[in-house]
Amino acid sequence: MNDLKLEGSAKTPLVEFNSNGELLLKGRSIPENSIEFYKPIIEWIDNYGQSVNETTVLSVQLEYFNTSSSKCILDVFKKLETLSGTEVSVKWYYEEDDEDMLEAGEDYEAIIDLPFEMIEVEEI
Amino acid sequence: MLAVDTFDLYNLMERDKVLLAFKGSITSELLTSVFQIMESKMEDLKDTPKIRKRVFNVLVECLQNLYHHIDEFEVSGSPEQLSQRKSAIFSISRTVDYYNIVTGNFIYPKNVEDISSKINHINSLNKDELKKFYKETLNNGTMSKKGGGGLGLIDIARRSGEKLQYKIREIDKDYSFFTLTVKISKK
Repeated sequence: MNDLKLEGSAKTPLVEFNSNGELLLKGRSIPENSIEFYKPIIEWIDNYGQSVNETTVLSVQLEYFNTSSSKCILDVFKKLETLSGTEVSVKWYYEEDDEDMLEAGEDYEAIIDLPFEMIEVEEI
Repeated sequence: MLAVDTFDLYNLMERDKVLLAFKGSITSELLTSVFQIMESKMEDLKDTPKIRKRVFNVLVECLQNLYHHIDEFEVSGSPEQLSQRKSAIFSISRTVDYYNIVTGNFIYPKNVEDISSKINHINSLNKDELKKFYKETLNNGTMSKKGGGGLGLIDIARRSGEKLQYKIREIDKDYSFFTLTVKISKK
C-alpha cells in the first residue's frame, strides 16, 4: 500500500504515515475545517488495517492543536484501537514546560485503550 | 467630526494597550494572517513560551468560534444587512498582568439562553471539574460537519484559568450582540 505524506502548512501538520507502521503527525493542527483535513488520514488507517505491520507507532509531535482537531485526533486514536494483528502504541511529545500539551496527552491516555509514552523535548 | 472620532478611538486603544483590533467579516485567510501577526508580536514582547502558547491557543479558539458562528448564521434581508450582521469585532490587548481577548458578534435572541447557560455552567466548575467536563464532551459530544464540537469554550476556560466574562445586548427583535472577554494571566 502507499504511504501517506502531506506537507505541513501554517494551519496543518506534516503527515507521514508509512506502511511500515511508523506514523507521524508533526507541527500544528489548527484548521477551521479539521474533518476535511483528517478524512484521508482516517481512510489511510482503514486501508492499513488490511495489511498491518507487526508494530504500529504513532508519534504525535504537535505544538498546537485546536478543539476541532482534538475530536479528529481522538478519531485517529479510536481507529488505531480497532486494528488487529499489530501492536499499537502512541508517543506523545510535548515541549518542556508546556503543561497544557502534556495534560492534553494525559486526557487522551485516559480515554483511549492504547499504551502512551509521554516524551518531553526542548523544541518540536 | 470624523477626525476627532478616530483620534478618540486611537486614544481608547492606546489606553487599553491594544495590540490588534479588527472589525469586519471573518475569513479563514484573515485568521491565518492574524495568527501570524500575533505570533510574531508575542515573540517580540518576550513573554515566556508557556504564556505565548496559552494565549495563542485561546486566540485560535476564540477567533475560530467567531468564524464558525458567522458561517452558520443565516441572514435574510438586503446585502448591506447581510454583510453587517455577518460582521464581527475582536481585539487583543496586553496589560501589565494580563492578555485580554475580546470578541463580539451578532446572535439570534432564541440562542441567548443556550449561550448564557453554557457559559454559566462552565464558570461554575473548578479546574478538575472542567477537565472532567472537557473529557466527557470530547468523548461523547457530537461534531458539527466542520468539526466544532462544543469544546471551544471549555478549552478557553481551562487554559485561561479565569472566569469567562460575557455580555449580551438586545439590539432588536431579530438580533442580540454577544461580547466575550477572556483574560489570560501573564504569570
